[in-house]
Amino acid sequence: MTPLLSVRGLVKRYGALLVTDGVDLDISKGEIHAVIGPNGAGKTTLINQIHGEVRSDAGTILLAGKDVTSRTVYQRARAGLGRSYQITSVLPEFSVLENVLLAVQAVQGHNFHFWRPVTQTPALVEAADRFLALVGLLEVRRRTAGLLSYGQQRQLELAMTLAIEPKVLLLDEPMAGLGASETQEMTQVLQGLSSHYAVLLVEHDMHAVFALADRLSVLVYGKVVFCGKPDDVRESAVVREAYLGDEEIPA
Amino acid sequence: MTPTPVTETSVGKALPTPSERPLLTTVTIGLLALVLLAVPVYASMAGDPHVLTISSRILVFALAALGLNIALGFGGMVSMGHSMYLGLGAYLVVLLHTAGVDSGWLQLIAIVAITAVIATAVGWVALRTHGIAFIMITLAFAQLFYYLFVSLKSYGGDEGMRLEQLSDFGVLTGNRTALYYALLACLGAAAYGTYRLVGARFGLVLRASRINERRVSAVGTHALPYRLTAYVLSAMVCAVAGFFLANLTGFVSPAYLEWTVSGELIVMVVLGGVGTIIGPIVGAIGLLLLEEVLKAWTEHWPMVLGPLIILMVLGLRRGLWSMLPVPNHDSADVTQKERP
Amino acid sequence: MTLTLFFIQLLNGLQLGMMLFLMAAGLTLVFGIMNFINLAHGSLYMMGAYFAALAYGVTDSFFLSLLAAVLGMFVLAVLLDRIALAHLYRRDHLDQVLATFGLILFANGAVRLFWGSAPLYMEAPDWLSQSVSVMGINYPTYRIAIIVVGLLVALGLHLLIDRTRVGMLIRAGASNRTMVAALGINIGWLTTFIFALGAALAGLAGAMAGPILSIQPGMGEPILILTLIVIVIGGIGSIRGALLGALVVGVVDTLGRAVLPALLFQLFDPTVAAAVGPAIASVGVYVLMAAVLALKPEGLFPVQHA
Repeated sequence: MTPLLSVRGLVKRYGALLVTDGVDLDISKGEIHAVIGPNGAGKTTLINQIHGEVRSDAGTILLAGKDVTSRTVYQRARAGLGRSYQITSVLPEFSVLENVLLAVQAVQGHNFHFWRPVTQTPALVEAADRFLALVGLLEVRRRTAGLLSYGQQRQLELAMTLAIEPKVLLLDEPMAGLGASETQEMTQVLQGLSSHYAVLLVEHDMHAVFALADRLSVLVYGKVVFCGKPDDVRESAVVREAYLGDEEIPA
Repeated sequence: MTPTPVTETSVGKALPTPSERPLLTTVTIGLLALVLLAVPVYASMAGDPHVLTISSRILVFALAALGLNIALGFGGMVSMGHSMYLGLGAYLVVLLHTAGVDSGWLQLIAIVAITAVIATAVGWVALRTHGIAFIMITLAFAQLFYYLFVSLKSYGGDEGMRLEQLSDFGVLTGNRTALYYALLACLGAAAYGTYRLVGARFGLVLRASRINERRVSAVGTHALPYRLTAYVLSAMVCAVAGFFLANLTGFVSPAYLEWTVSGELIVMVVLGGVGTIIGPIVGAIGLLLLEEVLKAWTEHWPMVLGPLIILMVLGLRRGLWSMLPVPNHDSADVTQKERP
Repeated sequence: MTLTLFFIQLLNGLQLGMMLFLMAAGLTLVFGIMNFINLAHGSLYMMGAYFAALAYGVTDSFFLSLLAAVLGMFVLAVLLDRIALAHLYRRDHLDQVLATFGLILFANGAVRLFWGSAPLYMEAPDWLSQSVSVMGINYPTYRIAIIVVGLLVALGLHLLIDRTRVGMLIRAGASNRTMVAALGINIGWLTTFIFALGAALAGLAGAMAGPILSIQPGMGEPILILTLIVIVIGGIGSIRGALLGALVVGVVDTLGRAVLPALLFQLFDPTVAAAVGPAIASVGVYVLMAAVLALKPEGLFPVQHA
C-alpha cells in the first residue's frame, strides 16, 4: 500500500545551523507514526516543514502520491493535510460551533457567500456537529471557545483538524498541558480515529507515545537515528545514548 | 497552563454573534432609528435648517465609519487611508459631471464601480504587507490621492471648488430633506448588509482571519481574497458617503482626503465599538457632537480632543456600544461578558 | 534641463534624503524593535524646529539651538516614554495609531496656542549663509551642511550599532525581540533609549529644517508620510535600508518635481503637460513605493529575522 505521507531527504538550514538533516518518513493509512527525540532535535521544525509553514531547503513531500513540496499551507490542507498545534490555536472569540464551522466550510466549495447565516446552513452545521460529537464537545457547542477549559480547547483543536476531512494528520504534542485523565481521554479518542488516517505524532509524553505508536522515529540533531517498532526502540542502545538524561523511556 | 495567548486589545473580547440579539439591544436600536427619523420633522417644526445640515453631515460620516468597520472592525485591517475613498466619491461627482454624466443614479453606479477598481488595486498592493507596514501604506496611498487632487488646478487645486451642478434626481435634486432620508436609508441598508455579511460564510472567514490567519490557512482557506474583498466593499461604502457629502455641501475639496479624516473615522469606529454593527453609527454621532461642543467652547479644541482620544484608548476598551450588556453564549441571563 | 541644473537638483535631492534619513533611522528602529507605530514622530520633528527657533531667539547661537533641539527632544521623549507611552507598547497597533493620532492633535494644538498659526522663520547663521560654487552655479553652504551632518549621523549610527554593546542589543532586538527580553536584558531602558534616540534625530532634522522651510503647526505630517515611504522601501527595522531608502526617495522626489514637468513639455502637447505634469511629479515617490511593494513587500534591505 502506498504511504499517504512520504517524505524524502528533507533539509532545513537557518544560516549555518542545520536543523533538519535529510529526514525520510513513510506513513500509511491506519498507522500512527511517532517522532520523538530530545529537546532541540528539530521536531517542531520538521512538522512545520511538512505542514508548509516553513519552506524546506531540500527534499520532497508527497501527500497521497501528489508532490506538495512547493505548495502553500492552505493548498496542502485542501489536498488532505491536517495539523493540530502545540499551542492551542482555536479562535477564542468564536463559539465552539463556529470554530468547527470554519473548518467544515473551508473544504466545501468557496466561501464567497454573503447573505445566509452559517449557523442556518444545515449541511454545514450537521457536519460540524458530527465532529463535535466525536470529541465530546456537543453539549457546549454554543459556548464561547475562550471560556472552555484547557482540556476542552485541546479537544476543539482536534475537532477542527478532523473537520477538514484530511487524509494525513500532523499532531503536534496533542497531550501538551493535559492532566492524567484528560490524557487518557485524548489517547482513547486518537486510538479510535487512527484507522482512518495516516498520523504523524510528535509527543513528549512517553506513556502516550508507547500506547499509541505503531512505529517510532527517533530524531536527534535533525537526523533520524532510529526507526522501528516501539519494542525495538526500547532495546536500542543508540536511542538510550541519545536520551540519556533527557527523558525516561518506560521499561 | 494558560490556554490561548491573551493579547491586550481594545477589540471586543467576546463578540456578540449576530444571531443572538438581546431585547435591550433591539429596543435601543429602535429608539435610535426613531430619533434619526424624526430629525427633519423637528428641523422643519423648529424652523432650524441648520439642525438638518449638521445631522446630515453626521449621517455621512456614520456611513463612512460603517464602511470602514467592515475592513477594520471585522477584518482587523487598520486602514489609515479610508478618507481617500470618501474624497474619491465626492470628487467623482464633479468629474462625472465634466464627463457629461449628471444623472444621480448613473453617477452612483459609476462611483461604486470606479471605486471598486481603484480599491482592488490599492488593496492588493497594501495587503501584501501586514502590521505596521500595512498601516503606513494605506496612509501613503491616501496622501497620494490627496496630492493628486491638489494638483488638479481645473478642479480648484487645494482650495477645492463649488459643484456646478448637484447630482440630478429629478424633482428631488437639491432637496435637503430627501437627501437626509436617502442617507438614512443607505445607512440602514449598509448596517443590515453588514449584519448579514458578518454572519455568513464570508464573514466567518473574515473574522477568523483577523484573529488567527495561520489557523485559517491551516483549515484550507486562502485568507487574502476574502480580506481584499472586504477592503473593497468598505471602500465602496465610503465612496457612497462621499457622494452624499458632495451633494450635501455642494463643494469638493482635497480636505476630504486629509489623513486627519482617516484618523477621525477610526476614532468613530473604535469609540462606538470595534466589530459591532451599530457601533460606528454611535461613534460617529458621539465624536461629531463632541467636536461641535468643543469647537464652540475653544478655538484650541484639538488640544482637548487629542488627550480625550488617548484616554479613550487607555480606558474605554470596548467602545460605547459594547457597554450594553450582552448575554453569555450558552445561558439566557444577561451578564457583562468578561474574558477569563 | 542643463547638466548643471540637473546636478543642483541632485544635490537638493541628497539634502532632502539626509533629512529623511534622520527621521527614518530612529523611526524604523521603533517600528522594528518595539513594534510600536508612532505616528507622532512628525510632531517630534516639529517640536525640534520650534525649540530651535526659541533657543535661537534667546541665545543667537545656531549651534546652541541645534543642541537645545536635540537634547530637548531626547528628554521630552524619555518623559513621554516613561509616563505615557510605555502603556501602549503592549497594546495592538490600532490602539497605538489612535493614541499617537491623539498626540498629534494635541501637539499641533499646543504649538498653535503658544506660537500661533502664522509661520515662524529662522535665519541660518552668517557663517552658513554663503554659497559655494558648484559647476559654475552658486549653491548654498547651508544645504551642504545638512548633507554633511547627515553623513556624520550615518557614520555615528554605524559605529553605535556595529561597535558598541548597546548597538549589539539593538541588532539583536531587531532580529528577535522576544529573545533579547528572555535573555534577561532589561528591555525597558533599551526601548526608552531607542525611542529617545529617534526623537533626538527627529529634533535635529526639525531644527535644521528651520532655515529652509517655514516653521508652522502641522509641518511634521508631510515629512512623516515621506519618512514612512522611506521605511517601507528600505525595510522595517533596517538602518541601512533607511539610509538608502532615504537617498532614493529624496532624489526621486526632487528630480521628479524638477525634471518631469519639463520632460513632459518636451514630449507632449503643452496643455496636457501643464495639466498632468504637477500631478505626476508629486506622486512619483508613491509609484516607487507601490512598485517596491509589488515586487518585494519586505523592502529592499530587510532585516534578517531569526
